[in-house]
Amino acid sequence: MAEREQKKKPAPQKQDEVVEEAPATSESGEKIKAELDDLLDEIDEVLESNAEEFVKSYVQKGGQ
Amino acid sequence: MAIRKVLGIETEYGILIRGAADSNPIAASSVLINAFVNDLTRSAPSPSGTPKVGWDFEDESPGNDARGFAPEGTMAPEIETHLVNAVLTNGARYYVDHAHPELSTPECADPRTTVVYDRAAEKILQRSMVAANRTLPPGQEIVVYKNNSDRKGNSYGCHENYLMDRTVPFGRVVAHVMPHFITRQIYCGAGKVGSEASGVSADEVPFQLTQRADFFEEEVGLETTLKRPIVNTRDEPHADAQKYRRLHVIVGDANLSEIATFLKLGTTALVLSMVEDEFLPREFVFTGPVQALRRVSYDLSLRRPLELTDGTTVTALEVQWELFDRAKKYGEEFGYECVGGDDVGRDIVRRWESVLTGLETDFVSLADQLDWVAKYRMIDGYRERHGLDWDDARLAAMDIQYHDLRPDKGLASRVGLERLSNDDEVELAMSEPPPDTRAYFRGKCLQRWGDSIVAANWDSLVFDIGGDPLRRVPMMEPMRGTKAHVGRLIEECSTAAELLERLGS
Repeated sequence: MAEREQKKKPAPQKQDEVVEEAPATSESGEKIKAELDDLLDEIDEVLESNAEEFVKSYVQKGGQ
Repeated sequence: MAIRKVLGIETEYGILIRGAADSNPIAASSVLINAFVNDLTRSAPSPSGTPKVGWDFEDESPGNDARGFAPEGTMAPEIETHLVNAVLTNGARYYVDHAHPELSTPECADPRTTVVYDRAAEKILQRSMVAANRTLPPGQEIVVYKNNSDRKGNSYGCHENYLMDRTVPFGRVVAHVMPHFITRQIYCGAGKVGSEASGVSADEVPFQLTQRADFFEEEVGLETTLKRPIVNTRDEPHADAQKYRRLHVIVGDANLSEIATFLKLGTTALVLSMVEDEFLPREFVFTGPVQALRRVSYDLSLRRPLELTDGTTVTALEVQWELFDRAKKYGEEFGYECVGGDDVGRDIVRRWESVLTGLETDFVSLADQLDWVAKYRMIDGYRERHGLDWDDARLAAMDIQYHDLRPDKGLASRVGLERLSNDDEVELAMSEPPPDTRAYFRGKCLQRWGDSIVAANWDSLVFDIGGDPLRRVPMMEPMRGTKAHVGRLIEECSTAAELLERLGS
């Protein structure tokens, strides 16, 4: 067996103590919100009409 | 030196017949594929340019185990030889497998080309739906979904395949791909509302990064349909078995995002190249790989520590940063020939870094890059707008509909995902093989002499030129039979008999 370099360096500390998802900051946050609103308006028109029935009927045979 | 990572993707699609009292998915899948083939026959410019050629099972042996043994009680996968099985002129295989339509892309010489062929596969399924629905009674419709779960505990796969050097001990491959597979989920996942693992409630896991993590129960093994292992040991190279192995990866999700597909393939191809060149000094050995796989998938903070056997912990992001750093150094030292050249290689590394940075700072910024982020942002936005709980059926319906391949219904095509491919090259890839692997020979022969080919598989073509016994042309080298090798020969031959004669000389 070839000698393998045993580097025991600690995992890189990507120091960020925030454990919760960081909220987007104000300005870009507003823009992102507006885009999301537009998207939600757009998809409203194509969403499956009877969600419960649709989810129930979506049954597949197991594959690989 | 690491060998060229020839690669491809096999996708099993979800299928529904809507408007029918009861539906048989095997029959529906057959209708779908036959409709596509017949549609081509009707519209084909040349009589031989149609995929009437069946699959040749001669060299199929999915029961071989890469570890050289098969533990007692394991079941070799079955081969279903009686179902619809077509070989397409782009070099792909389109067939019915386990009650799903499945399309395997042709062998590609780099991850970007594979993205184009994966997209072409979606277009082939779309065209199949249109053709099939013309044959169904009014009110009925076949619909295809590119996802991996029915949300009721049934899963179907999207497998990746990578050509590897046979001399690399399989144990070393396992040691390094395991941590990559567990942690690459943070950018490869297609996202899922809730969990299908037993005893996990919507309160615990309202949304997770991947479709597939719930279905993996073993670390290493041969199975693909039961007790799925994170590292699959199927040893079926479809090439010269003395020189090559094919790593068959079953742990990934089917992606709608081209960036996610590109990164899934690109980072994995680089990790495998680094394994071949012994460029990865550190092995991350998780105490419980199966638990770690789920833990990563369930953790939207991306910061949950994972236990290693040396007593320390790491996060998925930290593992990926280390693999990224090594890959960058690897490229600087060895170049990127193994993944298709410097342009592709640098693009993988650049996007890898940018995605890890985005995940670390504000994952929502990746809503145009990654499936799970795009899906989460859309569904969470809808949930907030309507004040819904995470277990509301409307959110589950949106989850499934994200993967609907109908252009007027699919949500993934509406969320603003960045493209890598362009429409023209995708359209071409539906019928033309890639020029730089043996798929070129397969595809071109089918285009020119489809009527004289009785069977095809990954590593051979069988010709019937009348009179003589059938002639098998082996293609054991995935990087031979390219346009550079045989383009002129194929152009110069006017009949299959002439081709065989010149190949034999």
